[in-house]
Amino acid sequence: MAEMFFSALVHIFQPFNFLFMTAGVTLGILVGCLPGLTATMALAILVPFTFTMEAIPALMTLGGIYSGAMYGGSISAILVNTPGTPSAIATTFDGFPLTKKGMAEHALVTSAFGSSIGGVFGALCLLVLTPLLASVALKFGPPEYFWMAIFGLTIIATLSSKNMVKGLIGGAVGLMISTIGLSPVGGDSRFTFGFYGLAAGVNLIVALIGFFCIPEVLAMVEKITKERYKIAEYKPQKGVPLKVIKELLKKPILLLRSSVIGTFVGIVPGAGGNIASLVSYSEAVRWSKKPEEFGKGIIDGVAASETSNNAEVGGSLVPLLTLGIPGAPPAAVILGAIMLQGMVPGPELFTKYGEITYTFILSLAVANIIMGFIGFYGSKFFARLINIPVNYLAPLIVFMSIIGSYSIRNNMLDVVLMVLFGVIGYLSRKLNFHPGPIVLGMILGPFAENGLVQSMLMGRAEGSIWKVFFTRPISLVLIILAIISALWPFISEWRRNKAEKGRLETNA
Amino acid sequence: MRKNWSLILLVILLSITLIAGCGGAKQEEPKKEEPKVEAPKYPEKSITYVIPFDAGGQSDVEARRQQPHLEKFLGQKVLIEYKPGAGGAVGWTELTRAKPDGYYMTGMNIPHIILQPAQRSDAGYKTEDINPVAIFQATPIGLAVLNDSPFQTIDEFIAYAKENPGKITIAGSGTLSGHDIARLQLEKYAGIKTEYIPFTGAAPQLQAFLGKHTMAILANSNDLVQHKDKIRVLAFGSTERYEVFPDSPTFVEKGFDMLPSIDRGVAVPPGTPADVIKTLEAAFMQIANDPDIKKQMIEQGFVPKAMGQEEAKAYIEKTTKQYLEILAEVKK
Repeated sequence: MAEMFFSALVHIFQPFNFLFMTAGVTLGILVGCLPGLTATMALAILVPFTFTMEAIPALMTLGGIYSGAMYGGSISAILVNTPGTPSAIATTFDGFPLTKKGMAEHALVTSAFGSSIGGVFGALCLLVLTPLLASVALKFGPPEYFWMAIFGLTIIATLSSKNMVKGLIGGAVGLMISTIGLSPVGGDSRFTFGFYGLAAGVNLIVALIGFFCIPEVLAMVEKITKERYKIAEYKPQKGVPLKVIKELLKKPILLLRSSVIGTFVGIVPGAGGNIASLVSYSEAVRWSKKPEEFGKGIIDGVAASETSNNAEVGGSLVPLLTLGIPGAPPAAVILGAIMLQGMVPGPELFTKYGEITYTFILSLAVANIIMGFIGFYGSKFFARLINIPVNYLAPLIVFMSIIGSYSIRNNMLDVVLMVLFGVIGYLSRKLNFHPGPIVLGMILGPFAENGLVQSMLMGRAEGSIWKVFFTRPISLVLIILAIISALWPFISEWRRNKAEKGRLETNA
Repeated sequence: MRKNWSLILLVILLSITLIAGCGGAKQEEPKKEEPKVEAPKYPEKSITYVIPFDAGGQSDVEARRQQPHLEKFLGQKVLIEYKPGAGGAVGWTELTRAKPDGYYMTGMNIPHIILQPAQRSDAGYKTEDINPVAIFQATPIGLAVLNDSPFQTIDEFIAYAKENPGKITIAGSGTLSGHDIARLQLEKYAGIKTEYIPFTGAAPQLQAFLGKHTMAILANSNDLVQHKDKIRVLAFGSTERYEVFPDSPTFVEKGFDMLPSIDRGVAVPPGTPADVIKTLEAAFMQIANDPDIKKQMIEQGFVPKAMGQEEAKAYIEKTTKQYLEILAEVKK
């Protein structure tokens, strides 16, 4: 093991390998920050180039892209309120308000630092705990997925504490959108209105671009008439990166909690960085001493989301390397690349191909550190993007949105849907609906539906549906978490009242 | 200075968007004219090879394996593009509507292209509009249990199912898909009843099975091979015993008239000129008969096939007939 470790380090720091990985990270960041261009796509495009390479530089490059894209998604989330990848949804909640306050660089550095910490944490978990964690992935069966979705939906309670009814309506709309297309069990077409393309369902990224990006552009354009030509002003200040990092280092629990959540969610196959960052954000709000500041621009929010979505990368590779089950879509492409190198996921990867595998895992940690440096020094330049006048910026964003939504599935219908969602998003914003709960419903809908129907079939075979749903240990934990989370607004109100009462009494 | 930086970033972002987003539109002009005797005209530009599934799946792995060889044979770039959705139906619908000039081809899966139009009137395409060029890869379907399962043989499995109808849970992917039809055939020939639980693909299906959430699995050969040290294959969907599982009988051996398998090939739009199809067929057949490629495929659990256009057409017709019969029985 120790021997493998050192030979892995030697491989990583070979100039050729290191250069390719750094190039991978850079490319990942650029692709990640463009909405619609995902890590999956960047990996798929590059897999053929890694054909001719040796296994080690090939996998290192791919790992670098994967990690870079996870961070890159935060850049557009922070600057123009558009998550570059679904994993950056929760980053918009506080990242964009920070930009509006003129603190874009603060947010970007937070994201780079958090991503780096999370990524290294995830990679180390992958390195040390893989055999242990692999069994966790298998414990998740249909009932667990169902309850995970229910727990996930209770996040609406923390996301929209100010207006619960609108949050719930949004969540329900999201769930309904997720039912469009062929039903996962049964295969019937639902709500396709005769369009064959709709049978494929509504792609999450298409909806994200529509709900987040288009309303923002329209809002920009509205403001032009009021003689404001920029989304926000960014004035470079000296020493921001160091100040921000010092502040973050004072919050080790936030970073650790987000990393653990990210890694764990990553291990559960199918649940990706989007769920990880939303759960992590919600927990950050819950345990914060000043929850009312979230959503108005606080670096804690950005750190929670970004730390967890990079920690997810390491987690998602656990079931991939041990069981050959990809935990997330980009991991599926890496699986293809591993197989094309002539290796088969499973125990052999850690014995026969141990040197390659350990190098790959360690290189993920190194890639995340490189990424941190790029973010540290690059934030100042990225932040300047918002100084582009709106009359250039708005058409540019629309242009990228259209290309982005088309290239997801090379389908023109997706562009039409994106524009449609944009209009709906704009109108619902006027009515004070937040897009967060809607996309949350869209993400979790399929998990809830598959889990429910598959569990019921399992229950039919077992003779007791009750037993399948309510007697499995992980399910019970998830049920309890869901109940606590759903009741949290009431609990926190009760606690606040009690505290105020206490203060009144001591005053008196 | 400040403005310069923004502009540089802008230019970089724009070019990346264009390159990545419209990857399919860019093409390199070949520097030298490749002297081709058989087909001097076709192909004279890059060819799009559409995979109607997400990146990383079995169809993608095969296409990526073929890509460099195709480019060498045809002397042109082959661009792989993904059009996923509705279990492949979106990609196949686009195929039937694409320009039949030989520069657009799509991976096809059997029985998907048979079952989808048979089940749904709004599938978007008809089986007969899928114009096959070749079939080059198959993954026979096997029935398997985990090593610690009480079922040692298919006979024990069937005996238990007869005593406990509907108690055995089987993981598969999709409803009325290749896996589901295999289950229906097994139920019919063995006279048993099981509980089939459909998942949305190989990954979740395997996860549920390996995690003991279901008792058995119907899975493609490459997935079974990948997990061969954890599982026992009770019966396999090939004509003869499969070399990776020499102890596992075939369904046919057990007297069940079924050869469940997912076959993969490539198709062009209806109306594509015959000489163009011939060129493509020759390219795919040469790759399919390459001993190195065959060896690699077997190692990964794929069964190499080499059916040309005519053979593929006949095979699809034969399979269609069989599957339609099964579907008709189910609907009764």
